[in-house]
Amino acid sequence: MTHLYPPSPPLPDRAHARTLLRHMVLVRRFEEKCAELYTREKIRGFLHLYIGEEAVAAGSVPVLGPDDSVVGTYREHGQALVRGVPATTVMAEMFGKVEGCARGRGGSMHIFDAGTRFFGGNAIVGGGLPIAVGLALAARREGSAHRGSDGTRVTACYFGDGAAAEGEFHESMNLAALWDLPVLFCCENNFYAMGTPIEISHSETDLALRAASYGMPAWTVDGMDVLAVEDATRRAVEAMRGGGGPHFLEFRTYRFRAHSMFDPELYRAKEEVEKWKKRDPITLLADRMREGGMLDDDGMEEVEAEVRAEVEEAVRFAEAGTWEPVEDLTRFVYSEQDGDDGEAA
Amino acid sequence: MKTTYRAAVREAIREAISQDERVFLMGEDVGRYGGCYAVSKGLLEEFGEDRIRDTPLSESGFVGAGIGAALGGMRPIVEVMTVNFSLLALDQIVNNAATLLHMSGGAFNVPIVIRMATGGGRQVAAQHSRSLEGWYAHIPGLKILAPATLEDARGMLWTALEDPDPVLIFEHVLLYTMEGELAEGAGPVPIDRAATRRRGSDVSIITYGGSLHKSLEAAERLAGEDVSAEVLDLRTLRPLDTEAILETVTRTNRAVIVDEGWRSGSISAEISARITEGAFYELDAPVARVCGEEVPTPYPKHLEDAALPQVEEIVEAARSVLPRTAGVRR
Repeated sequence: MTHLYPPSPPLPDRAHARTLLRHMVLVRRFEEKCAELYTREKIRGFLHLYIGEEAVAAGSVPVLGPDDSVVGTYREHGQALVRGVPATTVMAEMFGKVEGCARGRGGSMHIFDAGTRFFGGNAIVGGGLPIAVGLALAARREGSAHRGSDGTRVTACYFGDGAAAEGEFHESMNLAALWDLPVLFCCENNFYAMGTPIEISHSETDLALRAASYGMPAWTVDGMDVLAVEDATRRAVEAMRGGGGPHFLEFRTYRFRAHSMFDPELYRAKEEVEKWKKRDPITLLADRMREGGMLDDDGMEEVEAEVRAEVEEAVRFAEAGTWEPVEDLTRFVYSEQDGDDGEAA
Repeated sequence: MKTTYRAAVREAIREAISQDERVFLMGEDVGRYGGCYAVSKGLLEEFGEDRIRDTPLSESGFVGAGIGAALGGMRPIVEVMTVNFSLLALDQIVNNAATLLHMSGGAFNVPIVIRMATGGGRQVAAQHSRSLEGWYAHIPGLKILAPATLEDARGMLWTALEDPDPVLIFEHVLLYTMEGELAEGAGPVPIDRAATRRRGSDVSIITYGGSLHKSLEAAERLAGEDVSAEVLDLRTLRPLDTEAILETVTRTNRAVIVDEGWRSGSISAEISARITEGAFYELDAPVARVCGEEVPTPYPKHLEDAALPQVEEIVEAARSVLPRTAGVRR
């Protein structure tokens, strides 16, 4: 961890710092509960945990406004929760219940929520990037038709270092830069594409440098420092609100858990994981808040208690949820119009 | 009004862009070049760069961007130069366009129209001559259209744009130059049912797209042998108009399926299966098929001709399902 980051920004006011902390703790505890529920077979399929990377979602997502759009990956619980998709419907989705945010059709990897403009939940690495470009194109077109040429709506697209090796990454970077579209490319570089380290995936491991080659501003950010994440995101979003084109943020981060629940973690040393855990994003912020006199043990326990209640409520909601009737299996293959049931022909 | 298939498609695009500000066309060489098959010639000058958008050679990128724009409230028409190149965008078409509505539990529909040229017959060899619309018809969530007439070339696009879900339109390369009469007021047509292009009573020739005209020619020849062939133009490969297929077969009791795509695992196999499932006891003969030969389409004319369905083969196939007493004059 010898990256040359700019100095961490100063602490914000207490209320704001507490919100950042609370978001990170919510994601952490929610996912710890998910891991537990997975072992109890309440959650099945693939489960990719974000634990360790919380600063990226907590620092960047709240910078976006309600009219902005978010495109995520299969490791997207963090973004969804911080975006405001209720923990109850996210948990119900993981249970596969009809009360889930996607009626249980997608599960952990496919969180969708129209109300918060959360466009998934994409489990094909790199597959969400062209969609983000299109959402930004729609925003830009709508902007020029209805609100002058301000193009104020931003699309934030999250993806990992693995995606940067996909053709769709390059096609999307080129299109966004070529058409000057307000896409915020948020690369969550956790240094592994599943189990393959970045050094043996990429001929050039400085991903921001590659983005810059498309002619867009690209910065490397300490992804364990929520204040640095927020500061970089604000600068990028402000530039785009003012009519600027795409920006690329490479958040250097680390997942503390395995890639998925099936991963025996044969590819990385325990020492490496322990080293990164010393920069746990929650501890980093909490320590600074304590130093700044904004947090004490009681304050921390208060945050934990609030989160505990929210997670418990989410689990209760998911447990109480219902299974979609099998007769509805073929719904939503096509849109339901004029009383038909949208079933596949 | 005398026109061409190409001009009919252009007119459909022009109308859509004029009437709905959400509609725009994007694809490779659709603007300055005027479209690789000259379909969009003049449209850039008429509508400007926001509505007629030249893209880089990034099939996955711009098809995906079309999907994103559709999610964002637009009604994009994405032109992929040919079906061969659409394979570079398969991830976006299959994993995203066809899947998002279901995977999001109905939250996000994808109102995109993707147009592409398909088919062989121009001596451009294997990588430019494929007929893969049958493949796409395999995918739930997509609607697959194959306009074979001027009316459909003119009218299917608007209906497709009105559809809330992804629609793929396959235009056979040999049809662009086809000339004919089109009514002045020709407009939108339905995209969910087949059309009988020639009435007949002895045998049903079931086909679509570029093979329609070969089938009509075959029917004309068969008429000279006192065989009355009906020609059903499927128009839409997904959803298949099963009712129309079973109806014609129930009347003629004999079926020949003509499809430029390969025989194995094909749309022709699906049609044959549906006939077996729904009209087995109406059949007086096994279903016959005339399909593309199972080779990558070769370059030399004589080999390409041999690889694609030809009128004489269709006539032969029809004869093979008829009783020996029929067609005595041949």
